[in-house]
Amino acid sequence: MTAGTIHNKDQFLNKITSQLGSERNRQAGLPEWQHRPQLDVFSGASVNELAAAFKKNSLEKSTFVVNTDRTNLAEALQEVIKKYGGGQVVASKDSRFGEFGLDAVLDNGETHIWDINRGLENIEIAKKANIGLFISDAALAESGTIVQFNDKDIARSISLLPTVYVAIVPKSTIVPRMTQVVQAVHQSVEEGNNLATCINFISGPSNSADIEMNIVIGVHGPVEAVHVIVEDL
Amino acid sequence: MAMKIGEKPFFDRVDDALEDGFMRNAMAKAQDGLRGRKLNATVGDEQIGDWEEWRSAGEEIRRHTLENLDFYLDQLSENFARQGGHVYFAETAEDATRYIQEVAKKKNAKKITKAKSMVTEEIGLNEALEEIGCEVYETDLAEYILQIDDHDRPSHIVVPSLHKNKEQIRDTFRDKANYTGTSEPRELTAFARSQLRETFMEADIGVTGCNFAVAESGTISLVTNEGNANMVTTFPETQITVMGMERLVPTWNELDVMINLLSRSAVGQKITTYVTNLTPQLEEDSIDAPKEFHLVILDAGRSNALGTEFQSALHCIRCAACVNVCPVYRHIGGHAYGSIYQGPIGAVLSPILGGYEEYGELPYASSLCAACTEACPVKIPLHEHLIKHRENYVEKIGMTGEKMAMKTFGIGVSSPALFKLAVKGMPAVLGPLVKDNSITSGPGPMKLWTSVRKFPAPGKDNFRNWFNDRAKGRE
Ligand code: SF4
Repeated sequence: MTAGTIHNKDQFLNKITSQLGSERNRQAGLPEWQHRPQLDVFSGASVNELAAAFKKNSLEKSTFVVNTDRTNLAEALQEVIKKYGGGQVVASKDSRFGEFGLDAVLDNGETHIWDINRGLENIEIAKKANIGLFISDAALAESGTIVQFNDKDIARSISLLPTVYVAIVPKSTIVPRMTQVVQAVHQSVEEGNNLATCINFISGPSNSADIEMNIVIGVHGPVEAVHVIVEDL
Repeated sequence: MAMKIGEKPFFDRVDDALEDGFMRNAMAKAQDGLRGRKLNATVGDEQIGDWEEWRSAGEEIRRHTLENLDFYLDQLSENFARQGGHVYFAETAEDATRYIQEVAKKKNAKKITKAKSMVTEEIGLNEALEEIGCEVYETDLAEYILQIDDHDRPSHIVVPSLHKNKEQIRDTFRDKANYTGTSEPRELTAFARSQLRETFMEADIGVTGCNFAVAESGTISLVTNEGNANMVTTFPETQITVMGMERLVPTWNELDVMINLLSRSAVGQKITTYVTNLTPQLEEDSIDAPKEFHLVILDAGRSNALGTEFQSALHCIRCAACVNVCPVYRHIGGHAYGSIYQGPIGAVLSPILGGYEEYGELPYASSLCAACTEACPVKIPLHEHLIKHRENYVEKIGMTGEKMAMKTFGIGVSSPALFKLAVKGMPAVLGPLVKDNSITSGPGPMKLWTSVRKFPAPGKDNFRNWFNDRAKGRE
């Protein structure tokens, strides 16, 4: 990878160092934090308790929730698509669809699977799509949030441009809160891995309260959202 | 500088504000709403345990980060550039805008979309880009409303269009954008969506602010609700992010704590709808990600606070919780501060960034009731900073007592009765000025305070009672 550029660093940082009365090029060394309340949230909760909290908090964020298992997933998904008006679906390119036995559901004239070889056409399709379909990489019980590690195949547009997003949430991926996800990301950074270009935490449809504090659902992102929780344990 | 809004002196602006009945009601309503939501999501949410623990966690993270700011900025810039991003350290607002203009020229950019960012407001970026022929589109709903209303000024750091009601917004949309719908918020919002949809796709450059940068990985984190920041950072070929130099955390573990504090304190949400973390992995053949990513790190006066008693003012995460509990803001509104940063944090920060000459009066826009300090999720001792500013201001201007009162406030109060009332209402402000009872008439901020009929007595307990009464609708 070609490295980028850095301008004015030394001049800028030397000023800070001298204002701080410190020395440049020392190691900061993270302290042992005295306060870590994040570790106590849902500590000891069972998978079922986490899934129940995830559902409750998704509903609170105006997200429709479906519970299903592997056997019934394909059917449940088709029902969701129908309920939300069908039409064009755009889905991420994700081998897990096959693992969940969903290839047949996706193999129809109305579903476009993201394909980088088709270039900008993907975005045009996503723009007109009614439904964006993807599998979440992790889910947060505390806030009804799904997490996407976006890359060229798990494209950002899929959860952003269509009117509705539908996220398949494997129950095994539900964790208490953001804490567990960032721990994994931190570890990955420590191991020298590259991060996904976009790590996106999404909690339901886009919204705004900018006009007289009235909450309006559906601004620039999706207007509706569905979380399909799948028993996969 | 672009941080400054309006030309009138502080107390004239206050007078204007007090005459604007709608604005005052809007501020009060919004404050109550935001404060209520915050309480539900903080002390009121058992799910997350003891909110005080979270505040302490936030404080220790911010303190450590600022004490080692040079180290973490170094790390951030190296990690960002290692992955192909470009970093520009800007000493001044002018440095920052010049660099961004150069990038825009090099890219031959015509259309630029922006997601809400106070820091780009602070450096006057829109004007700088328009100067070189770019069209700049604000995409955050509140900013969009202000922009199409002939660049009206922000009145709140989280909800910049707080001073406008839906009828005014409808009229603006009608007059400036041929809107034909009603004043229903849903309809107004749908209109903004349709207006901006294509613009997002056509933009050459997307500009954002930065809620937090993560030093260990060179990541930029954006905390939003509307989806516009995602649009702005997904489709244009070039992304430019401008961050105040203090807005970073060491690792992802600390990011977690800060996001929780910000989401809950700013908008009373467990988490905002989007927390979008962007790292410049530019070699990937993604179709919907920028190919070029610039990070502009801005000082613009922030370093004035480092190594001084004001260092902790840089711990601020711009949640506006202090603004939402401030009785002075409630009555005078955001525009009276004459700065894009309002409320208690505005009164602390503006003199640091812009100097006492311009903003030395702002620290007097406080009853020192300390509600701000108590509300702050990272425990910044805001009211202590305000007192310190006042001391410095007096010292720097070289005046004390009556003379200072005359000079500073420059407003005549002819009635001794008003004066007495004011003094009674504002001991903390006027205490040092009236010690020897030498001021019998004339000067002071008293007119301001006495015009504010419903102003609470400034004692801490009185304030609480007053606010609680209000919350229960017993005003
Ligand atoms: S000073 Fe504290 S309460 Fe005020 S905006 Fe900053 S972080 Fe929030």
